[in-house]
Amino acid sequence: MSALRREDVAHVALLARLTLSDEELDLFTGQLAQVLEHASDVAALDLEGVEATAHPFGLVNVVRRDEPQPTLDRDEILAMAPDAEDGRFAVPRILGEDQ
Amino acid sequence: MRSASEIARDVREGASSAQREVEIALGAIRERNDELNVFLYVDESGARAAAQRVDDAIARGDEVGPLAGVPVALKDNLCQRGIPTTCASRILEGWRPPYSATVVDRLLDAGAIPMGKTNMDEFAMGSSTETSAFGPTRNPLDPTRVPGGSSGGSAAAVAANMTPLALGSDTGGSIRQPAALCGIVGVKPTYGLVSRYGLIAFASSLDQIGPLTRTVADAALLLEVIAGHDPRDSTSLPEPAPALRGHVEDGVAGRRIGVVRELIDGADADVVASVDRAVEVLRAAGAEVVPFSIPELRLGLSAYYLIAPAEASSNLARFDGVRYGLRVDGDDVAAMNEATRTAGFGAEVKRRIMLGTYALSAGYYDAYYGQALKVRTQMIEAFRRAYREVDLLVGATTPTVAFPFGSKTANPMSMYLSDVFTIPTNLAGEAAISVPFGVGENGLAVGVQLLGPGRSEATLLAAGRVLELAEGRS
Repeated sequence: MSALRREDVAHVALLARLTLSDEELDLFTGQLAQVLEHASDVAALDLEGVEATAHPFGLVNVVRRDEPQPTLDRDEILAMAPDAEDGRFAVPRILGEDQ
Repeated sequence: MRSASEIARDVREGASSAQREVEIALGAIRERNDELNVFLYVDESGARAAAQRVDDAIARGDEVGPLAGVPVALKDNLCQRGIPTTCASRILEGWRPPYSATVVDRLLDAGAIPMGKTNMDEFAMGSSTETSAFGPTRNPLDPTRVPGGSSGGSAAAVAANMTPLALGSDTGGSIRQPAALCGIVGVKPTYGLVSRYGLIAFASSLDQIGPLTRTVADAALLLEVIAGHDPRDSTSLPEPAPALRGHVEDGVAGRRIGVVRELIDGADADVVASVDRAVEVLRAAGAEVVPFSIPELRLGLSAYYLIAPAEASSNLARFDGVRYGLRVDGDDVAAMNEATRTAGFGAEVKRRIMLGTYALSAGYYDAYYGQALKVRTQMIEAFRRAYREVDLLVGATTPTVAFPFGSKTANPMSMYLSDVFTIPTNLAGEAAISVPFGVGENGLAVGVQLLGPGRSEATLLAAGRVLELAEGRS
């Protein structure tokens, strides 16, 4: 596995919607590289043919009857939101003015 | 100090009252909370009202639950309707959940009194409470040292005799490690035994809620109350709560117990000495104790620090300034999302989100996350083979006693290593208990860890009780 570079960390920050200062980029690059270096024992194993386990007991397709259930009160939820309007969550504009 | 069951008995029989027990707890909290920073929020009026309801029910002659009038502390990642719940993060500051976690409902049904929300590492990411946005908790045994984490506030609440019971959550050791460092009992239950509904998610395939208590019997009592199927958590085991209280005095006669080299190697000498002595106690109590090795456990830490951050990076995507908590304005919605997350999350949470995002990103997914999931399979199979030969495993809970503030914060990897012995149980979805046993460096507490297969809580508690009795505790 190639070493983690500063630009990799900058790209990951973009994906994760985090703004990092120059100092944070330097610090995180070193620290994350150290963790990945420790994880290189896992990355280097030959595990051809071993099944992956995403969940310890593998319960699948847990369903309930399709019947209405009590749910949370809309006004109470919206009262806790940073911004709400006309019974909905409100956010800054998503598209440009001319779109 | 009375145990939880003694308090509940006193309340039921009129020797005490729920309101009196609440005032005792509030007094103890007032006395040391400024010094120790255990509770982020104390719900004085809610606790008094809940106590009044319990006392009224008793006065009417109504049936009250097994925890009638017993104060309990809740880790601040457990939702209680109307009570501030922050995960010790700025991003949730001021948020009041519109619903309660299933464990909170079950506590109230059992007559317990939630006293408030305890400090923790931010979003349960840490092993010392030093990543809390609201300052660290201090260890009641030595306030110059950490209480462990991430459930450090809950462990300290019990260790400082503020409440006899507390709930925490354990994703890689976050109940057992602080229990060990604070000298109390902590149980990580089998995955799915306790509903996660209303637990703010860190790593969903690893998280499990469990008890932190002074005694093994109290852990059995509390776990019995909170366990059992919940239709609101689809990963909840479809079975009722196991009977635990009746098995606490079962002992270990005839049990086969493996002493796991990989759960001892690398620990400090004082910790190793405690494990050695625990082995002698278990043997004297009639267990057949054999040396054991599970080499796969050595890969646990690496696999965990790929899997847990990967799940966290997905779970924490919901904190985007839209529906709850902090919002920092931006010109458009993407800028608002990014400004909110940048201001709201602390450094350790950002590190884990970054690590997880990287492990899941194109080009690295197979090499890191995919490999880690396969190692998880190997670990589950290795434990399964072990439990064909022995009933339980024993080792240390943590490599060291409580460490001084700041001693591991500059180097995240050194902090991560304090969970090296607890992580394998979470990856396998199995059960483990940490029991205070022996004394380490500077008179500090040492935890001995007992591990068992899924649904082995009754056996683990009975073995823990053998160690507790040998220490002359209750």
